[in-house]
Amino acid sequence: MSYLEMDIETLHEQLVAGKISSSDLVESSLDAIEAHDSDLNAFVTVNDQKALAAAVALDKQGIDPDNKLAGIPIAYKDNIVTKGVRTTAGSHMLDNFEPVYDATVVEKLENSGMINLGKTNMDEFAMGSSTETSYFKPTRNPWDLDRVPGGSSGGSAAAVAAGEVIAALGSDTGGSIRQPAAYNGIFGIKPTYGRVSRWGLIAFGSSFDQIGVMTRRVKDSAYILSAISGHDEKDSTSSKQAAPDFTQFISQDIKGLRIAVPDEFFGEGIDEEVKTQVEKGLQQLEQLGAVIDHVQLPYTKYCVPAYYVLASSEASSNLQRFDGIRYGFRAEDVKNLDDVYVKSRSEGFGPEVKRRIMLGTFALSAGYYDAYFNKAAQVRTLIKQDFEKVLADHDLIIGPTSPDTAFKLGENISDPLKLYFKDVLTISANMAGVPAASVPAGFDSHGLPVGMQMIAKRFDEGSIFKAASAFEAATEYYKEQPTFKGGAH
Amino acid sequence: MISKDQVAHVASLARLSFNDAELNQFTDQLDQIIEMEDELSQVDTTGVKPTTQITDEINVFREDVPVDDGISRDDLLKNVPETKDGLIKVPSIIDKGEADA
Repeated sequence: MSYLEMDIETLHEQLVAGKISSSDLVESSLDAIEAHDSDLNAFVTVNDQKALAAAVALDKQGIDPDNKLAGIPIAYKDNIVTKGVRTTAGSHMLDNFEPVYDATVVEKLENSGMINLGKTNMDEFAMGSSTETSYFKPTRNPWDLDRVPGGSSGGSAAAVAAGEVIAALGSDTGGSIRQPAAYNGIFGIKPTYGRVSRWGLIAFGSSFDQIGVMTRRVKDSAYILSAISGHDEKDSTSSKQAAPDFTQFISQDIKGLRIAVPDEFFGEGIDEEVKTQVEKGLQQLEQLGAVIDHVQLPYTKYCVPAYYVLASSEASSNLQRFDGIRYGFRAEDVKNLDDVYVKSRSEGFGPEVKRRIMLGTFALSAGYYDAYFNKAAQVRTLIKQDFEKVLADHDLIIGPTSPDTAFKLGENISDPLKLYFKDVLTISANMAGVPAASVPAGFDSHGLPVGMQMIAKRFDEGSIFKAASAFEAATEYYKEQPTFKGGAH
Repeated sequence: MISKDQVAHVASLARLSFNDAELNQFTDQLDQIIEMEDELSQVDTTGVKPTTQITDEINVFREDVPVDDGISRDDLLKNVPETKDGLIKVPSIIDKGEADA
């Protein structure tokens, strides 16, 4: 059994028919991890013993024929807390942290019978676009082991693309689900802000963070997103809007679907081959009956500066809790309480996290608040209005997910600013709180996957699932499998 | 232009310490990033309300009663770096070790 040739419905049918067991699926995942993960480093922690025990128990009890997710293993990004399973956020600060409760998404999926196979690698505290800022090790891209998987949910993306699991959860603050999904040739969706509870997600930028799903097949994400959506009293920003069964949108006709294509998403700095593939994708959607309009989102160029002010400010506040007192890393050889704070933080955080804390602290400090934080928050309003205007008479905004395809390890790590601009096309959806996904859109001349981004109105993930599934059926890019080339070490 | 002194001040606000080489590197990098962020000053935001959250909620209230989520005191102390008698142990708040402190 290879997950690369499977979808959740097929697995479910075979589980119900008794052709395979949940334990077989866990074993398959562990075999795939054994085969590939020494190259990929997609996992920080493999939950092998507990996953097997859970699968055995479920097999004994029998698979619920009405529950498509029962008995299927899933991986969680390592900033989603899992009771009794180490959760590091990719940081030295938390490398021995064992949560005493489950995130709401974990609780929901466990109630659906999904098996926690382990925790995936990520940029430290989700800050990065390459998974190279992880304290532990960089993750590699299964399409080319010399290249990054994107980030910050790079471990989740690589694990799914390589067939180690059929699905993984990630989190997306400025593109951290969509950009790695694009780089790995898989589907990844960041739902509407508020759609999914953030309870138990280690906070980075609280007004941007959202948990989402990464799978090879569109419908598989629809199943899982349906299971994790909904109001949670533990997260007061979670929405009371009823969440539909997203699988109803799969395979719906897209005739007449109104698509807006912003000129700014095809401008300077966007790789020519990426443009070509996405333009080809748009033509295919047109052939399927979609109606395409060219539009402007004039504030796009201010997304990166506004985001790095706001998200860093929120991060500097959120990360104050890491002080070496109640949990996490505490430095040795300290003389007084202030020493504990300063030394624990200085030794516990890596350079990118410190950079963001510094940026945020600066933007919030006396004398700079109005020029930076407040100004950026005003620009956020304008970016949001840009989107609302275009989405008022379009169902989707479509463009590339990322300006390029996967780059080489080490290529950008010493130039933070260059790396920040990798998020230029994904940040705006977090700014506006709207749902957005990356859909596989073919390959460049190096055989590297290209992602096409679909952005919808708030709470209209349905339009994304409709268009993404129609596109998937027409193109079948998921049939291509990663080559694991390169990576001589 | 952000100065090295400013960066050192921000570091002290953020409870971070850097050696001289790190401080130089951070000053350079932050300067570049802040210069990029300065592009925001080109935008006319007269009369524009800032967006600091994007939910439809204004305030969310609940009854002021204890929540029993089944987590025990022992559970909560499991991740504490140093404990004593079921309490969190921290170093002395006032430094008594140094004569000139």
